[in-house]
Amino acid sequence: MLCQECGVKPATLHFTKIVNGEKTEFHICESCAREKGELIPGTAGGFSIHSLLSGLLDLEGAGKEKNAAAQTVQGLRCENCGMTYSQFSKLGRFGCSSCYKYFDSTLDPLFRRVHGSTAHVGKLPKRAGAQIMCKRKIDELKQELQQSIVEEEFETAAELRDQIRKLEKEMPQE
Amino acid sequence: MSSLRFTEQALSDWMRCGGSHSEIVISSRMRIARNLEHLPFPLLASAEQSEEVLKQLAPVFQGEAASNFGSFQLLKLDELDELDKKVLVEKHLISPNLANDSRGGAVILNEDESVSIMINEEDHLRIQCLFPGLQVREAWVRATAIDDIFEGSVNYAFDDRRGYLTSCPTNVGTGLRASVMVHLPALVMTHQINRILSAVNQVGLTVRGIYGEGSEAVGNIFQISNQITLGQTENEIIENLHSVVTQIIEHERNARERLLADSALRITDRIKRSYGILSYAAVMELKESAQRLSDLRLGVDLGILEGPSISVLNELNVKTQPGFLQKMFGDEMTATERDMYRAKLLRETLGSQH
Repeated sequence: MLCQECGVKPATLHFTKIVNGEKTEFHICESCAREKGELIPGTAGGFSIHSLLSGLLDLEGAGKEKNAAAQTVQGLRCENCGMTYSQFSKLGRFGCSSCYKYFDSTLDPLFRRVHGSTAHVGKLPKRAGAQIMCKRKIDELKQELQQSIVEEEFETAAELRDQIRKLEKEMPQE
Repeated sequence: MSSLRFTEQALSDWMRCGGSHSEIVISSRMRIARNLEHLPFPLLASAEQSEEVLKQLAPVFQGEAASNFGSFQLLKLDELDELDKKVLVEKHLISPNLANDSRGGAVILNEDESVSIMINEEDHLRIQCLFPGLQVREAWVRATAIDDIFEGSVNYAFDDRRGYLTSCPTNVGTGLRASVMVHLPALVMTHQINRILSAVNQVGLTVRGIYGEGSEAVGNIFQISNQITLGQTENEIIENLHSVVTQIIEHERNARERLLADSALRITDRIKRSYGILSYAAVMELKESAQRLSDLRLGVDLGILEGPSISVLNELNVKTQPGFLQKMFGDEMTATERDMYRAKLLRETLGSQH
């Protein structure tokens, strides 16, 4: 099989990219792979998870027109550590935990690609966790409350309201 | 050459007992990535900030809460010589990343070397637990208990929606990388390995070489680990890995039996040749020794070879690495000298004195 990039050399690298269930196969030769910056796993200075990630992040702007929205994303900056979105997309790593807050608007598509999911469901730290669980419960009850109002079940709604008030009062502070 | 306790012997104490399925599974490892609130990740941290991280994390494991897990010793990476670092990497006690770029880097090890706590690696804190054989659940129980001890003393960077915040987006959420090191010579020999590895990829697991990302699978040893850290609970991740590895063990077992049934003479010849070459060669490159040690390992399991024991083979896998050879035979060595000493070590260990 010939390299699908240059069409001259035999393809020695074969890989499959799966993005949101969509499968794309690549067959390229080593020199084209090097030119494209996708080096072979295991070679020095080569391909790493970070270069792969940065490829994914770059896709964000490259696919679309360089419109105002894309520029806004590029202009994002973490106020805590000073990392810009464009640095983040090059390095494929966050500078500090606040980056998650400042780049939040861009993270769902990235996490969906990498993990197929955007929200944590695992272990909670015990101290902060008690508060988070309480908050989750309150959110749940608020939704039920809305539902019961829509369905005009005011007695249930009143009960839910009291439960929410009680939980809010008991909520452990940070 | 220093005389660091952790680099004197090739096998950590935990490696000496087999654990379940030890004829195929070498070890199970849990790694939990955590960061402290407010401080920048090691990528951007200043020397003072890295020092601050160390100051907050180091004392936790000298406290009473940790004494259930044995006694711990802290090693600062910049106080170790290059060779010791190399040997710690070869024993999987620290990552190549921590050895190479160790600004404020440190590792806390327990006596039997089954717990390794890295500070200022890619994340502020990486808790690693190693168990022999297939023991992913057991390793998780220990890792999460150690995590709880740290969490009792410091504030982690944690977000309601994203979970534990890590430097690399591939670790966010649980921060958990659960991995199992498996020896799969029969699947390689029968050309089934690629089919199995691509199936593994489709269920959210990934396969790497034994020294992590970017390293090659030498000697038919593969590291299988979870890819996804966000949107699954730790339990789901561990059970998924456990069930996939159990199936791979089954496939490898079947392939071994089939090899023995269909081509006993050929396989016996291959294994005995490898034994012969390892026992008599004068020069031995790492790649060849890894491959031939893999043959021996298979030979012991199939009953074709009576000695050496699996434990001796595990030991040779580590001792034949460049860092360890230099540690044993002398600091300065050319590649050819290493190949010579590797051959000497193999000859002496495997019985021939020629």
